[in-house]
Amino acid sequence: MTVSVELLEKRFGSRREVVGVDRVSFTAKEHGITSLLGPSGSGKSTLLRLVAGLEVPDSGRVFIDGQDVTGLPVRQRQIGFVFQNYALFRHMTVFDNVAFGLSIKKAPKSEIEGRVQELLSLVQLRGYERRLPDQLSGGQRQRVALARALATSPRVMLLDEPFGALDTRVRVELRDWLHLLHEKTQVTTLLVTHDQEEALELSEHVVLLKDGKIEQAGSPMDLYESPSSPFVASFLGGAKVLTGSVIDGRAQFAQDSLSASVDLEEGAVVDAFVRPHDIRLQKVSKGSGASFSRVLRVVRVGAYVKVSVLLPDGDSIHVQIPRHELDEQGIAEGDRVVLDLRDIRVTQRTPSYVI
Amino acid sequence: MSAAASPPPPGQRMYHGHGTPAKTEGRLARLFLIGAALTFWALFLLAPLVIVFGSALSEGIEVYLAALADPETLSAIRLTLLASAIAVPVNLLFGLSVAWLISKYDFTGKSLLITLIDLPFSVSPVIVGLMFVLLFGARGWFAPLLEALDTHVIFAVPGIVLATLFITAPLIAREVLAVMQAQGDSEEEAALTMGASGWTIFRRITLPKVKWGVIYGVILCNARAMGEFGGVSVVSGHIRGETNTLPLHVEVLYNEYQFAAAFAVASLLAFLALLTLVLKQFVEWRAHKKLHALSMQDVPAPLSLPPTPGVSS
Repeated sequence: MTVSVELLEKRFGSRREVVGVDRVSFTAKEHGITSLLGPSGSGKSTLLRLVAGLEVPDSGRVFIDGQDVTGLPVRQRQIGFVFQNYALFRHMTVFDNVAFGLSIKKAPKSEIEGRVQELLSLVQLRGYERRLPDQLSGGQRQRVALARALATSPRVMLLDEPFGALDTRVRVELRDWLHLLHEKTQVTTLLVTHDQEEALELSEHVVLLKDGKIEQAGSPMDLYESPSSPFVASFLGGAKVLTGSVIDGRAQFAQDSLSASVDLEEGAVVDAFVRPHDIRLQKVSKGSGASFSRVLRVVRVGAYVKVSVLLPDGDSIHVQIPRHELDEQGIAEGDRVVLDLRDIRVTQRTPSYVI
Repeated sequence: MSAAASPPPPGQRMYHGHGTPAKTEGRLARLFLIGAALTFWALFLLAPLVIVFGSALSEGIEVYLAALADPETLSAIRLTLLASAIAVPVNLLFGLSVAWLISKYDFTGKSLLITLIDLPFSVSPVIVGLMFVLLFGARGWFAPLLEALDTHVIFAVPGIVLATLFITAPLIAREVLAVMQAQGDSEEEAALTMGASGWTIFRRITLPKVKWGVIYGVILCNARAMGEFGGVSVVSGHIRGETNTLPLHVEVLYNEYQFAAAFAVASLLAFLALLTLVLKQFVEWRAHKKLHALSMQDVPAPLSLPPTPGVSS
């Protein structure tokens, strides 16, 4: 089943002055996971709630499987919705939670029993039927919520920051598990997340939103490799945008402390999206004449080290290098370093380009 | 909001220790506060209660029982029970609908409605009684209509029921609204996405969620309905054996210097009040115990995933 929205618009406030979603159109591919990614306040949750029918759009249309469902009430849309706070029925057991949708449809008892057991196996919670939601861990609750949403065989699964309330370890665990679950169920899924890693790992298609508008949509690779704007570049992979110019066949940035060879005309103004792991550091001895950068801070986080570097022009940049590279050179806070760029994207600035 | 309506989240541990510096430092202050509270409680709460029961039995058990068995007392008991038997269910319906309306929908005039719910609390009960006299009295707005129907509201049972209804209206609504608003409505939204109709959602999701708030509200509403004096006094007319409720009957007996009988009937009301408190305590204890039982049960560790490539654990 495909899901698509056309010029969807939603505003809030008494005078409709707060933009929720601003004329958004996209299509989620059948059987795939499409991520709606963006910072908080970008309208991604509103967009999902519009698709579900939990919000009514001011204008635009929503299609599920080619059918215009814009005017259809929520309960007739045949969707599965998973909330960030689980929204499990607190007074019902795990079994009754999962069985709820089927009991609404007046399915026979034996069928409900079989389907619930099947779903609980799917989410690996067999044996937990008699528990109340309060007796489960966060990760288990969210798996019950997923089983509950899948129970009525929805045409689409809509997940609203499903792992947002979980700690990092469980989040990563559930992410992998959701991927396996989706492989099995193949239900077209829309996933709202603010976590770029989650979006890049789980989905084939990413819709990146900002201020209620689509900033860029495409495959995770597209967005990562060819960001259409500085916002996309910095949101995905924490890239920093440096502006410089082409001198002697090289793009030079930050008072010539960073450069990369380019095939562009002399004097052209260029932008570079620099990601933390695109930079190499080279320690230099004191007293050399050229303009140097200075190491502000070194944070060791496992196999990689995060280094903050102060550029000669007063700007600072984050660098991520393997731990052994740092140790081999003995780089410490306060040291002078030169920066070496590798594999970075340099684009010639178009006149209309505004950061 | 009541304790029954908002019990502490499961797993939250109360601290019962005494040895922390913050607690030992305030030892003197603590003793003073406890002493003050206990003195106040004994003087203003316990003593009157003792006096009520003591005075009721001052002329012996026979007089006490005779006062209770008096036909006028029995009539007052019947009227009081009738008024609360009508006021509680009607206000339960009103309270649930208003709380549902306010917590689930947005509409213009919503804040005005919330304010209006509290009106019976902010207006003196005597004024409420006068208001009903002006509406339904011999010269009231609806007098011609009532005359045509040959019924009476003021100085009759319907007036007493109306005044009781009005004065106890906010109790259940307030209690349920607070619980509904505190719990949010994502559970209702979840049920909606699963295809449930509004009525099903109300019956199977919302009502069980606010159950304790409803029970608590009903107890409070009942207590107030049986104890109401001012408003009922104005519309009653004090017709013995007909329009006297228990509190009014106590006043009548007291004014006639039948102190033992007055206190005997008063003890009945005091007993009902105590019963209400016990019930309320029981409700809170039940709600608490349920949560406590849940938080005490050992929550199993999260299930580990099957050893699949790429799954970190």
